Amino acid sequence: MVIDASNYNYKSLNEEISKSDEIIILKNCLGQRFIAAGMSDRKITIEGTPGNALGAYLNGAEITVMGNAQDAVGDTMNAGEITVHGNIGDAAGYAMRGGAVYVEGNAGYRAGIHMKAYREKLPVMVIGGRAGSFLGEYQAGGLIIVLGLNKDGHDIVGNYPCTGMHGGRMVLRSDCKNIRFPSQVTASPATDEERSQIKKYVTTYCEKFSLNADEIMDAEFTVIVPDSKNPYRQMYVAN
Amino acid sequence: MKLLEGQVRIPSGCAISAVISREGRRQTGEKIAQSMVPMHDRSNGLGGGFAGYGIYPEYRDFYAFHMFFDDNTIRSDCERFLKESFEIVKAELIPTRKTPAITDEPLIWRYFLTPLRSTLASVQLDEREFVVRTVMKINVEMKGAYVFSSGKNMGAFKAVGYPEDVGHFYKLDEYEGYAWTAHGRYPTNTPGWWGGAHPFALLDYSIVHNGEISSYDANRRYIEMFGYKCTLQTDTEVITYIMDHLIRCRGLTAEEAASVIAAPFWSTIEKKDDGEKKKLTYLRTIFSSLLITGPFSIVFGFEGGIMALNDRLKLRSMVVGEKNDMVYISSEESAIRVMEPDAENIYAPAGGEPVIVRVRNGKF
Repeated sequence: MVIDASNYNYKSLNEEISKSDEIIILKNCLGQRFIAAGMSDRKITIEGTPGNALGAYLNGAEITVMGNAQDAVGDTMNAGEITVHGNIGDAAGYAMRGGAVYVEGNAGYRAGIHMKAYREKLPVMVIGGRAGSFLGEYQAGGLIIVLGLNKDGHDIVGNYPCTGMHGGRMVLRSDCKNIRFPSQVTASPATDEERSQIKKYVTTYCEKFSLNADEIMDAEFTVIVPDSKNPYRQMYVAN
Repeated sequence: MKLLEGQVRIPSGCAISAVISREGRRQTGEKIAQSMVPMHDRSNGLGGGFAGYGIYPEYRDFYAFHMFFDDNTIRSDCERFLKESFEIVKAELIPTRKTPAITDEPLIWRYFLTPLRSTLASVQLDEREFVVRTVMKINVEMKGAYVFSSGKNMGAFKAVGYPEDVGHFYKLDEYEGYAWTAHGRYPTNTPGWWGGAHPFALLDYSIVHNGEISSYDANRRYIEMFGYKCTLQTDTEVITYIMDHLIRCRGLTAEEAASVIAAPFWSTIEKKDDGEKKKLTYLRTIFSSLLITGPFSIVFGFEGGIMALNDRLKLRSMVVGEKNDMVYISSEESAIRVMEPDAENIYAPAGGEPVIVRVRNGKF
């Protein structure tokens, strides 16, 4: 079913989506927020520019954006998949605890802030280009992969990645020689086992955006994890 | 008693938007007003405003004062005061459209004027400094009169209401400018007042601001030493005075002023080459009281250009796009798409990285 989003504000647009059938195409989207918030069992393709908090609390639906997305993509999402054929804004995947976000291009500041894993759930964010500063800030779980395929000359990640990280895993397709990490995390070259895990997600990324996974895997990868389960213990009074 | 701004502290959310033609081509204010529509929910109807540059070419040599008056008595008093030291070549009501969305408007007038040579000679001040002092004097001492725009060949238009309605109210479709900035306001705890809407303008400098200045009092105490008076406590006002002070009075470039208000972290300065390191260290040291902390995205308008800037932690969103000679800046990409559906090279500048766009070869 096709919906011309230009006729709707964010509230009525979500009402239309929620009473529609399983496969939905949104045309002429322009800034409507909270699209598909909390939804499951749907495939939604978006043409135009969706507004902030796209797929917030997403609970199983699949969203594909044929262009850029704005801030807070997949805020607190629980399950499902968001694919963006373009760049995304700041604070993507804020506190997401399940599902996956695939971004063809770059991410803004604070991607994956406070991502967490929950029981069998493992949130995954794959960023094809570069990420802004504070990547994985307060990361508590899940997996963030940045491929650095951007050709604009900027570094794969901005300043202060992994600040406050205390769980989960970050993977950067780089030797990370010029990147300064906080002292509470450990960065090391990916092991063979880790590389095979990474390849699984890179392959999915490449299928979505018609790229060659073997070429992308032919590079150094660095894996960053927090030093211990509670690297900030020393900052609190023991009692 | 109805509390005005300055009597209540107002944190704000907001939306900003801007457009400029590098070739100095003028366009009406209709598109910039439309750009605020998809960002409607970033405002709460308690303030909207615009600044247009190049809108008064027929009066380009005169300062255009835009003023709010509570009543005609204070207007007469103010006009009498102005005539003591200015030649007023034109005085008129600013044309507005009646709309149910905008109510309780004050008297809104504009004056095209120029300081008398004899006055300037006797006070021994340059023209721009004298205009600034006059604006400050009216805004501080004349209760019920407020100068909200005072530049040449530019003007601010602002009101209590949603920005798209404010644009309609002021008939921005009838003005043509080479650059426009816009603001939608989301103060969360205020009765709202017309003077408290953005932009905040002084001479040809104007600021639209989305954010919250944590360092407001430190900045205010410093800038008030130089004769500015912050009367509104709507934090943004202080940024306008800081920019006027740094650029007009201290002779800094817009780029240098950006390195003062959004100074790089010491760890970032450490990584720069020697010349740059020395300069940034100098600016951070000399103007440490003008570092603006807290989240912000701003667009600073000036004669012939605009500058967009985020706080160095980038706690507010801002994107830039372009098409041919046009450059667009907004809190959200959707706003840019309203102005130019085929905008290209859309990107988000890093925190503290100024984006400065000037009209080529001074063609404005």
